Amino acid sequence: MLSIKNLHASIEGTEILRGINLEVKAGEVHAIMGPNGSGKSTLASVLAGREEYEVTDGEVIFKGKNLLDLAPEVRAREGVFLAFQYPVEIPGVSSTNFLRTAVNQVREYRGLEALDAVKFLTLMKEKMKLVEIDQKLLSRSLNEGFSGGEKKRNEIFQMAMLDPTLSILDETDSGLDIDALRIVSNGVNQLKSDKNATIVVTHYQRLLDYIVPDYVHVLFKGRIVKSGTKDLALELEEKGYDWIKEEVDSAATV
Amino acid sequence: MSKDNSILEEFTSKEYEHGWSVNFEADEAPIGLNEGIIQWISAKKEEPKWLLEWRLKAFRIWLTMTEPEWANVNYPKINLQGLRYYSAPKQKKSAKNLDEIDPELIAIYERLGISLNEQKRLEGIAVDAVLDSVSVATTFRGTLSKLGIVFCSFSEAVKEHPDLVKKYLGSVVPMTDNYYAALNSAVFSDGSFCYIPKGVRCPMELSTYFRINAANTGQFERTLIVAEDESYVSYLEGCTAPQRDENQLHAAVVEIYAGAHAEVKYSTVQNWFPGDKNGKGGIYNFVTKRGICAGDYAKISWTQVETGSAVTWKYPSCILKGDHSIGEFYSVAVTNNYQQADTGTKMIHIGKNTKSRIVSKGISAGKSQNSYRGQVQVMKRADNARNFSQCDSLLMGDRCGAHTFPYIDINNASAKVEHEATTSKIGEDQIFYCNQRGIATEDAVALIVNGYAKEVLNQLPMEFAVEAQKLLALTLEGSVG
Ligand SMILES: Nc1ncnc2c1ncn2[C@@H]1O[C@H](COP(=O)(O)OP(=O)(O)O)[C@@H](O)[C@H]1O
Ligand SMILES: [Mg+2]
Repeated sequence: MLSIKNLHASIEGTEILRGINLEVKAGEVHAIMGPNGSGKSTLASVLAGREEYEVTDGEVIFKGKNLLDLAPEVRAREGVFLAFQYPVEIPGVSSTNFLRTAVNQVREYRGLEALDAVKFLTLMKEKMKLVEIDQKLLSRSLNEGFSGGEKKRNEIFQMAMLDPTLSILDETDSGLDIDALRIVSNGVNQLKSDKNATIVVTHYQRLLDYIVPDYVHVLFKGRIVKSGTKDLALELEEKGYDWIKEEVDSAATV
Repeated sequence: MSKDNSILEEFTSKEYEHGWSVNFEADEAPIGLNEGIIQWISAKKEEPKWLLEWRLKAFRIWLTMTEPEWANVNYPKINLQGLRYYSAPKQKKSAKNLDEIDPELIAIYERLGISLNEQKRLEGIAVDAVLDSVSVATTFRGTLSKLGIVFCSFSEAVKEHPDLVKKYLGSVVPMTDNYYAALNSAVFSDGSFCYIPKGVRCPMELSTYFRINAANTGQFERTLIVAEDESYVSYLEGCTAPQRDENQLHAAVVEIYAGAHAEVKYSTVQNWFPGDKNGKGGIYNFVTKRGICAGDYAKISWTQVETGSAVTWKYPSCILKGDHSIGEFYSVAVTNNYQQADTGTKMIHIGKNTKSRIVSKGISAGKSQNSYRGQVQVMKRADNARNFSQCDSLLMGDRCGAHTFPYIDINNASAKVEHEATTSKIGEDQIFYCNQRGIATEDAVALIVNGYAKEVLNQLPMEFAVEAQKLLALTLEGSVG
């Protein structure tokens, strides 16, 4: 579904991603871990099409298409969803109104008819249950005055509404208490199918107890320096990132 | 009446002496401005003597005045002698068909969801749509007149309710008020008149849209709304659809009188031709709008969505004379390309316990300049006056300008005046967030801008608000990304 080859990207002249390779197949869950500043959010942003980042080398193929050629909204309509680490606030625009615009633009692209108000509300009610989100929250301005947990929950709710093929969750666990974490993970797990895939970005193993990954990758200084199974996450939890840094550094000196 | 006529004759023949002739058959006045033209207009409209004299007085005052230059706008000097000051509603215009309409305009109309019929009406071609609105008007007129409500063109009001017109005309905006108000007083062509008797709540929104005159009331409209004690009316001005107007200068005057416990809501969605992308053409919109809360507990609320015109100069104001009276001003002013807007309000607190609220949302894009100019004045005897002003500016891109000029003049120590101002840029991260959910950039801008302007849009009647939202999006099309 997703094939990233030798991806290099920089921002304001600084190279952040320095040759990423990653293959994701339908039905898989990949976890990307790594210390702060290693480039995890950058990778997510580049995949979603944020313009500030300049891709200097490499390619990304998504469902047979060259993802990097597509405008961000087209990527979204093709099925790329990013749950933001820091969701933005849009004053005066209710989540409901925002999502209705989004859902209908996505549906139009996918050749489906637009949902009228009733159908849309029905769909919303159904998806709200997934992440136990309150209707009241959705009539408020998008993310404005939401708590950290509410924002994250709202991201997953949007994911449920948009029915993506590839979901990238950027630190969705940060700012969540244990109950919220369980609810959000539960939602993500219910959305999982053999047709879609998930990339979970986190630096805590905690989340991976709930969303169990098929593969775990360690991103460090803009490269995936280690890949493994869920056990790798446990190892990282136990030993921290230092041993990886040492491994990388010693490899570099060889 | 015969005396009126003789004076009229005297004036007109006097003009003849100066070698100037008029054709009474014509629907249009000759180009230029002088006392003869004013007599011509007045005669054409069969006005009573007092009104002609009123016009002439205004004209003489206007001659002594100079064009105001304090506004933050720049435009070439208007040759006022090069304009035509009267043009009667055009009759069936011959052989103009849809094919002749600028395709770009048709595209704009279509995006707004305006039917072809309506397009024709807007272009002043077809009369059927206009006739439609006449029948609409007459249907409503029955209902309204049962309640004693008068809603008609200004000219009709002069004929049918001369005492009311005489009593209130110029009582809120005196002819001496300013250059454009004086000019309007001298040459105004037509407009609307609305009278709500004591204790009557007008059961429907009154809109110029429903009147035949609306289509061609021309450059110098005059509107007078009188709401007697304990009455209520919500009035919608003009265009809920784009009006392509060839006139260069619009100088309208709107006067509102609200008696004790009366409430008047006045809403405008203005979308006159703003000029092209290069700043060529467009309307100069120099309008004087003012209401007086004459009685205790009166309330006047102005809501405006300004999207059109090349240059806008407009300050809908409230004189809060009655104790406990309330003035409100809600405004969204959008400028794009080379548009310039200098708009705001004046709240003049005279009575005790008077309250005013100002919410101004400016949106600037392209190379436009957008200024808020507001005055809050608290007079000596206005104990416990309250004002709250919120002036926000939203910038799109970095070649436009937003300016705020608040003037606060307080002469009573018990007054409480609060002013808040913010300037923000439409965020790349907000747009990206929308894009990431599948929303195209243009729609993202529309969403964000409508969210920003929501507090004002919420003040508009439902259908109007929907139009206004579409207009905002349309005005800002292509301004980001
Ligand atoms: N606008 C920017 N200019 C320069 N460096 C940046 C900019 N944005 C992010 N970075 C840098 O890119 C690196 C990767 O950041 P990020 O992808 O957010 O890391 P992570 O999500 O793994 O914590 C960091 O060192 C960060 O400081
Ligand atoms: Mg990050």
